[in-house]
Amino acid sequence: MTTSPRRRFWRYVSTYAFWIFMTLLTLIPIWWMLVVSMRTRVELFGRPNLALSRIYLENYSNVLTDSTFQRYMTNSLVVSTANALLVMILALLATYALSRYKLAGRDNIFFWLITNRMAPPAAFLLPLYIMFTRTFRLGDWTLFDTQLGLILLYCVFNLPFAIWLLKGVVDGIPIELDDAAMIDGAGLWGVLRHVIIPLAAPGLAVTGILSWIFAWNEYLFAANLTSVVARTITTALAEFVTVTGTNWGELAAMSMVTLVPSAIIVIFAQRYIVMGLTFGAVKE
Amino acid sequence: MRNPRVGWALLSPTLIILLIFGFAPFLYVLFVGFNQWNVFSADDGLVFNGLDNFRRLVFDDDFLHSVGLTARFAIFAIGSEVVLGFVLAQMLTRDFPGKSLFRIIHTFPLMVAPIAVGAIWRLLVIPGFGPVPFFLDRYFDLTYQIGSYPDQALMTSVLMDIWHWTPFVTLTMLAGLSSIPREPVEQAKVDGANRLQVFWYVTLPFLRPVLLTTVFIRIMDAIRTVDEVWMLAGGGPGTRFTGIYIWRVVFPRTDYGYGSSISLITLYLTIVLCWLLFIAISGRRKGEVE
Repeated sequence: MTTSPRRRFWRYVSTYAFWIFMTLLTLIPIWWMLVVSMRTRVELFGRPNLALSRIYLENYSNVLTDSTFQRYMTNSLVVSTANALLVMILALLATYALSRYKLAGRDNIFFWLITNRMAPPAAFLLPLYIMFTRTFRLGDWTLFDTQLGLILLYCVFNLPFAIWLLKGVVDGIPIELDDAAMIDGAGLWGVLRHVIIPLAAPGLAVTGILSWIFAWNEYLFAANLTSVVARTITTALAEFVTVTGTNWGELAAMSMVTLVPSAIIVIFAQRYIVMGLTFGAVKE
Repeated sequence: MRNPRVGWALLSPTLIILLIFGFAPFLYVLFVGFNQWNVFSADDGLVFNGLDNFRRLVFDDDFLHSVGLTARFAIFAIGSEVVLGFVLAQMLTRDFPGKSLFRIIHTFPLMVAPIAVGAIWRLLVIPGFGPVPFFLDRYFDLTYQIGSYPDQALMTSVLMDIWHWTPFVTLTMLAGLSSIPREPVEQAKVDGANRLQVFWYVTLPFLRPVLLTTVFIRIMDAIRTVDEVWMLAGGGPGTRFTGIYIWRVVFPRTDYGYGSSISLITLYLTIVLCWLLFIAISGRRKGEVE
């Protein structure tokens, strides 16, 4: 299909106009966060103003030099990354099983999986607390206040989501490709490695990114099932909201800082989404 | 060639984790839901009271009100997110320089923790402090106070949710769009289908599983929402959603038995809603393929 240069020009203009508009809408609250993070308490309560008046970094230095902040940040990184990897692996296996094997009650299992994500968290905190402190105990060690506990617990809401998302993707891969690989002598791992993983790469990347983000941002469970050792960064954010008044500047500064690791992860993982977009042509 | 036992083996780690951390707590809540139990009361704790909690629930105006609000919140927010997210994902399948930059910027809201999202939006909309009411008052002569007008508070929560979660829809849609084989699309174009027809008869059926998943996840998360909206409005009028109501019953009021039964009913309503949607969407697909 050939398009005239003129039409192509207008197409570019409309595309960019659209994206610049969307980008502005996306960035206004984040810009505001940056502005708030660079103001003192006194400045905040002046006349509302969206402009950045000066570069004031004390909020940042207060946050960054805090040793508990560094520990929380490490915990968050470990928990989210381990959880995202675990979820991607388990979800790929489970999705492959649900998609390719005739298992009894397959559809019911598939639906049951997602119901795990529906539970309103408040009432489920108590049984989980009991489980973490009493059921899983070896001598002095309990699952309470450990990174492992959070990593496993976050699977409850990330795994169903990942399986549901990947199911559509894996179902879309023609089963003939599996069969062809098997005839060529590939075992289960061969099929997964050479057929499913490359073709499902964009889906896997999106699953990984979103699981990571869900784990990174989770608050209620992290706040109630950890105490000192394994606390995550979102609980630190909530600690700025106190009865005597919220320290908005430091809260905003910490939010800006926590954006950085997420941005790095997403930028890294997005390469696979792009890869998948070009893969689409190979598929048929 | 495909031994079901291998399938079960592949599925088992997932099932084990979910049975322990998802299903076991559910059984506990199910048990407590039929009891009266104020966690911090001095007397003997759990008292079995059959269906009393559920009877109380039917006449609980606060609960019914919260369900109505949550429904409105979910419908407005999710409807807009799905449409907007699909349009954005479709725009991202085009090729133009700088595309990856826009895509990355567009995912930024997802990376902000819900607590921070709530805090930032609160700072945007607090009267006498945030720029939004200030500019609305100055240039449009509108009074905007989420503390006093429930409708404004609800709409602000909806807008916040759209801002925060549209990128999620865009990403999942993008994953779905990228797994659509090109051949049927080309074939349909050769056969003379216009854009709308290609979308309706080719793209949409392929996209349906991903669309279904996305809508499911959004519905569930919207119904469970607590921290974001709590930070925004502190449970003020117009934002007393079911998740927040349960939170209030369980923690400040420590009425754990009743809180459990509300959770169960909410869970039940969510499951029924999603099941109906599941039947509606996957059933229609079957009809079309055959």
